[in-house]
Amino acid sequence: MANMKDEAISQNRGLFSGLDVQGRVLGALFMREIVTRFGRHNIGFLWLFVEPMMFTLGVTALWYFANANHGSNLPIVAFALTGYSSVLLWRNMPARCVSAIEPNQSLLYHRQVKLIDVYAARILLEGAGATMSFTVLSIVYLSLDLIAVPEDVLKVILAWLLLTWFGGALALCIGTMAFFSETVEKLWHPMSYIIFPLSGSAFLVEVLPPRAQEFVLILPMVHGIELLREGYFGSKVHSIYDIGYMVNVTLGMTFVGLLLLRIVSKRVVPG
Amino acid sequence: MITLEHIQRRYKTLHGQVTVLKDVNFSIARGEKVGIIGKNGAGKSTLIRLISGAEQPDAGKIIRRMSVSWPLAFSGGFQGSLTGLDNLRFICRIYREDWRKHVDFVQDFTELGAFLREPLGTYSSGMRSRLAFALSMVIDFDCFLIDEVMAVGDHRFHERCHVELFEKRANHAMIFVSHDPGFMRDRCERLSVLHDGILYNFDDMDEAFHFYYN
Repeated sequence: MANMKDEAISQNRGLFSGLDVQGRVLGALFMREIVTRFGRHNIGFLWLFVEPMMFTLGVTALWYFANANHGSNLPIVAFALTGYSSVLLWRNMPARCVSAIEPNQSLLYHRQVKLIDVYAARILLEGAGATMSFTVLSIVYLSLDLIAVPEDVLKVILAWLLLTWFGGALALCIGTMAFFSETVEKLWHPMSYIIFPLSGSAFLVEVLPPRAQEFVLILPMVHGIELLREGYFGSKVHSIYDIGYMVNVTLGMTFVGLLLLRIVSKRVVPG
Repeated sequence: MITLEHIQRRYKTLHGQVTVLKDVNFSIARGEKVGIIGKNGAGKSTLIRLISGAEQPDAGKIIRRMSVSWPLAFSGGFQGSLTGLDNLRFICRIYREDWRKHVDFVQDFTELGAFLREPLGTYSSGMRSRLAFALSMVIDFDCFLIDEVMAVGDHRFHERCHVELFEKRANHAMIFVSHDPGFMRDRCERLSVLHDGILYNFDDMDEAFHFYYN
């Protein structure tokens, strides 16, 4: 028994026992995050997606009553659902990761808990919340006849996965950079506010003047949101995106994020 | 058997690099009780974290042929916003144990009563160390790393630790860090002295203390 355990947690663990250990650690951290964040009072872990849903609903209501002009004849409800839900991914994941180390630092005393698990648990939790909120609202709107069935569900899923990956990679980069300087945390919040109106959540790229299109298409998430809208509304919109570009940038960010993680992992001391 | 060969550990600080451990060689076999002494800031806790694997050395090799506990200090490894029971669940999950089987032991050892279901933030330091100690007894390690944990707590706590460690787990290996010479003399078979980044291993207690005090 002791030997088995020893093997499972030894440094040179095999691939499968390694995956098993990581799976268990991730699961444990995931549960822990849920309890620390949402507690056991009132609706508990339901806040995980009720909170992002409230955000999306609030923004939808604002846009609806302000009669916001987004340059298309899509119903505002559908527009806000596709736009704002994806903002939750790339904005909340980094926000959770800038302060991931400190509250979890004492857990690093357990050698099977690695920094990557700490970040991954937070990214997964944020992703799960945003995904559930998006799915639940889609189903509710559908059953109330506020939106039509997505024209290409697979495309919607692909776009959602891409946006999730982008959010995760961004979170890893910003989260690890925050270890080196507190300024990163201070900068990220205003930055995310400034990027929000440019992120494609509140407009279709098509309606922008060509110069502006070029500019906003530098932002990778714009491509993802455009793809998402094409999947949702199909022929009713003309989406402009380059998935190759989004994948390349996200791949680069993932690489940089993992590289930074390696450096931070060596520096951070359990405590 | 755990073996450390030529371990080095440096930290980056605002005033440049500090080498805490320059050349550490050490080994402990199954069932051995070894004490580590050294002045404040000598790097004892760093050494313990390295042995546990929570931290990696900058140079050198650590070979673990038995399972090692996490460094059992009085509070490390737990989170204040979670309850004692949550922390038990977490530990059991990452070490693949069924937490339900251990609730009674933890309840009994810690004497926390209803506080087991309260956040750690509401605990006194004595309650915390009782919980920390109980949780580490839940997992059956071959070697326990015990960093000053006996320095806190009251007489009763000491007695119960004593039963758990030296009676029930008498055949387990243990590494102690402590400033209490009496304790070290009673409980350890040999001592190592950490001084200036180098670990001096002694088989003879008196020699070790003589070296330490001079």
